[in-house]
Amino acid sequence: MEKLNKYCLRLADNAFILSHRLGEYSSKGPYLEEDLALTNIALDLIGQADALYEYVSKLFNDGRSEDDFAYKRPENEYLNFQIVEQENKDFAYIMVRQFFMDIYNHALYEGLSKSKDPTLSAVAIKSLKEITYHKRRSSEWIIRLGLGTDESKERTQNAIDNLWKFTGELFETDEVELELCRLNVCPDMNDIKKTWTKEVHKIFDFAKLDVPSNNYMISGGRNGFHSEYMGFIISEMQYLNRTYPDAIW
Amino acid sequence: MSIAFAHIKDCIWNILKTIPDPEIPVINIVELGVVRDVDVSKNGVVITITPTYMGCPAMTFFENEIKTNLETLGYKNVKIKKIYTPAWTTDWISDEAKQKLKEYGIAPPVGKSGLKSELFQSNSTSVNCPYCSDSKTRLINEFGSTACKALYHCDSCNQPFEYFKCH
Repeated sequence: MEKLNKYCLRLADNAFILSHRLGEYSSKGPYLEEDLALTNIALDLIGQADALYEYVSKLFNDGRSEDDFAYKRPENEYLNFQIVEQENKDFAYIMVRQFFMDIYNHALYEGLSKSKDPTLSAVAIKSLKEITYHKRRSSEWIIRLGLGTDESKERTQNAIDNLWKFTGELFETDEVELELCRLNVCPDMNDIKKTWTKEVHKIFDFAKLDVPSNNYMISGGRNGFHSEYMGFIISEMQYLNRTYPDAIW
Repeated sequence: MSIAFAHIKDCIWNILKTIPDPEIPVINIVELGVVRDVDVSKNGVVITITPTYMGCPAMTFFENEIKTNLETLGYKNVKIKKIYTPAWTTDWISDEAKQKLKEYGIAPPVGKSGLKSELFQSNSTSVNCPYCSDSKTRLINEFGSTACKALYHCDSCNQPFEYFKCH
């Protein structure tokens, strides 16, 4: 697989699977406005995924459309991080997962907005405006939950402790990133990691939450190895397309 | 470009100004800044549009509306080109359109677009209530019925309202 193709597919899959997870929570939010907010963020993410799959389809140029990439691949061909596929345990869990990804996406897309690749930079500049809202919103929620009741603090800390092991994968670098970074197509992941760590620590300090000391990390999603939750997403997401091939609405 | 093409172009812009936004029918897609360019040549018509937000579900609606409207009036070979850059901004919404938003009950965007990310909206410009014009308002939620709007509440007239976010 060409390096740029793989890179864009990873970006698209991350936005797509996270969007699906948020969409699943539609009508289950703690109150109506929050329900709207989560689904609006899911919509922004599916918009980003759509633009990226469109580009991926052009890059591969093998006759597969953007919908084919979204709906017709088996689990091991999805290259998203394992953190985005983790199940919706409770609201704190959803917000911590979102917070980690929003801080990450903000730093990453800021870097990508300076990309030498014109399509990636155009998508990044546009997406960054939306990601800025997401980041502010999830940061505010982490602070509210951390400084809220004993229960909200406990649930949030549990979510952080549970999800922390998936954050290492966000900054992994292989020959794809190395080559594209050399060509100024993508930013240096070490810089993204520094920004992410600094910002996460800042908000956790503010919210009186602890940064886990356990640094054992799980990875594999970027290369198609997923957790047990991924198969369920795929089967639900692809059900309609498999039952009614090429349905449009 | 010949005079005839220039005239056709003007006509097309006027037709596009009759297509309302499906969510906010008081403003049209030209005022909203979605239509970026109209190109007329002997090969046909190319309309360049850009999404407000990446996931804007109205994009397909815009494409169909533009095609149907122009084709009904006899234009042939109408093509729609979608672009992402320059990124859509509320700075493109005219003062006249902002006034229409206000009259419709949606507070128009305040100030110029910029990447603000202060927590809890600190230092941000205050939004005036579209009903009583009072500035004693507060943010209820970052997102409203569509991605481009936020939910506010006016503490003066006790009316909840939507704010078209500065983007």
